[in-house]
Amino acid sequence: MTDIAKGPAPAAAPTGSPMVRFDQVTKSYGAFVVLDQLELDVAAGEKVAIIGPSGSGKTTVLRMLMTLEPINGGVIWVDGEPLTSMRRNGALVPADARHLRRMRGKIGMVFQHFNLFPHMTALKNCMEAPCTVLGLSKAESEARGRELLVMVGLGDKLQHYPAQLSGGQQQRVAIARALAMRPKVMLFDEVTSALDPELVGEVLNVIRKLGAELDLTMLMVTHQMGFAKEFADRVCFFYGGKICEQGPPAKLFGSPENERTRQFLRAVLEAT
Amino acid sequence: MQLRSLTVCAIIAFAAGLIVASFAGFREFLPGLLQGALITVEITLGGCVLSVIAAVIAALAKMYGPWPIRWLAVVYIEIFRGTSALVQLFWLFFVLPRFGLTMEPLTVAILALGLNVGAYGAEVVRGAVAAVPRGQWEATIALNMNRAQALRRIILPQAVVAMIPPWGNLFIELLKATAIVSLITVADLAFRAQEMNATTYRTVEIFSIVLVIYLAMAMLITIGMRRLEGLAAKGLARGRSH
Repeated sequence: MTDIAKGPAPAAAPTGSPMVRFDQVTKSYGAFVVLDQLELDVAAGEKVAIIGPSGSGKTTVLRMLMTLEPINGGVIWVDGEPLTSMRRNGALVPADARHLRRMRGKIGMVFQHFNLFPHMTALKNCMEAPCTVLGLSKAESEARGRELLVMVGLGDKLQHYPAQLSGGQQQRVAIARALAMRPKVMLFDEVTSALDPELVGEVLNVIRKLGAELDLTMLMVTHQMGFAKEFADRVCFFYGGKICEQGPPAKLFGSPENERTRQFLRAVLEAT
Repeated sequence: MQLRSLTVCAIIAFAAGLIVASFAGFREFLPGLLQGALITVEITLGGCVLSVIAAVIAALAKMYGPWPIRWLAVVYIEIFRGTSALVQLFWLFFVLPRFGLTMEPLTVAILALGLNVGAYGAEVVRGAVAAVPRGQWEATIALNMNRAQALRRIILPQAVVAMIPPWGNLFIELLKATAIVSLITVADLAFRAQEMNATTYRTVEIFSIVLVIYLAMAMLITIGMRRLEGLAAKGLARGRSH
């Protein structure tokens, strides 16, 4: 690995680069530093769970990666290319709209509150972006949407509007909608937090299925410790804008080294 | 329920007007006044269409345009909101010809009223667009839509529902404001009324009929907008994410 972290404006992607790389990324709101020089590499196909107390910056990581939040310092690399900047004459300059759109095409995101389009059926929700953004024909995007909705177990709800679906069903539509854009990286932002407890399982099952069937890099912010333990290749514990501890789930949940991690896990386990 | 009572009110008001008119020998005025009312309807319809188009363009330009466009939109909105509709009408009718641009009185009437109401409507559109939840915008970004696609396909269809009630008010304002176009020789309802009054001096009869006709037209707008609101809300409520 080349040592790009030290340079102010790295001109080339690191060789053998991971799918996602946070390179000294800083994010702050005024004086409040949410993320402090974050360093995080995620390999292609890797499934990373992000846990931590609220306010630790874990959701911000995903939002920055989806370009929903601008970063204040550092560089985010996706698939070997800088996310919100581009190379011009050997230096990194802010990305233009074209570059941003190309990069966003590699990433899909599922939100805590689903954010389905309320005026469209489940199928139309999945067809909209493939039609308007990818330029697929109506028939092609319909076939794709139908296939994905069947995959998430909603083959019989194609013509239902979001309000006619339960929270778990809505979230599964949201997953299908994101997949319809064929992203390389999927971001899951507390996707079960807004659900009634009995609906959590169906959404997690769909995510398990994606993990087994599709070659996706996944980053998920979650409060489902059991799921993180079983599903993730690596768990990152965020605290105070930094990764406090990370490692394989067995290690992090089994014998955490950091006192903060231990405290957090103890508190979470007590609550459940 | 409310819609039904409004409809009944409208019918009763119109019927009462007609009865009064025929009983008191008003019949001689009615055909002339209805001819004028037709012109009023024409101006109102044209003005409504123009105002919606102007409002949407001005609102989007003000919210998302590059600075020269945004600046133009602000100038349009402030000028047309900040000066009297009568002055705008006179300016278009009497001043523009000095610069070599002469238009038909009816065209000027539609243009002046449409642009005037459009300036108010721009703020209605802006408010409704801004009220669409932020999560909807975020979803469009995550799906890689550009702003135009997001607005056209996702944001505006949801904003329309919130716009309809205030637009109903604006349309009625527009209808009532059409009375001033009689001052630039357009033979609308108010113009006909003044004309008849000047020759017959039957002020009570004439202006009573005119009152009823305006009221009936305003009621029609109210009923139409209520129905539209019901339809739009039903379409969205079916899909309202909770």
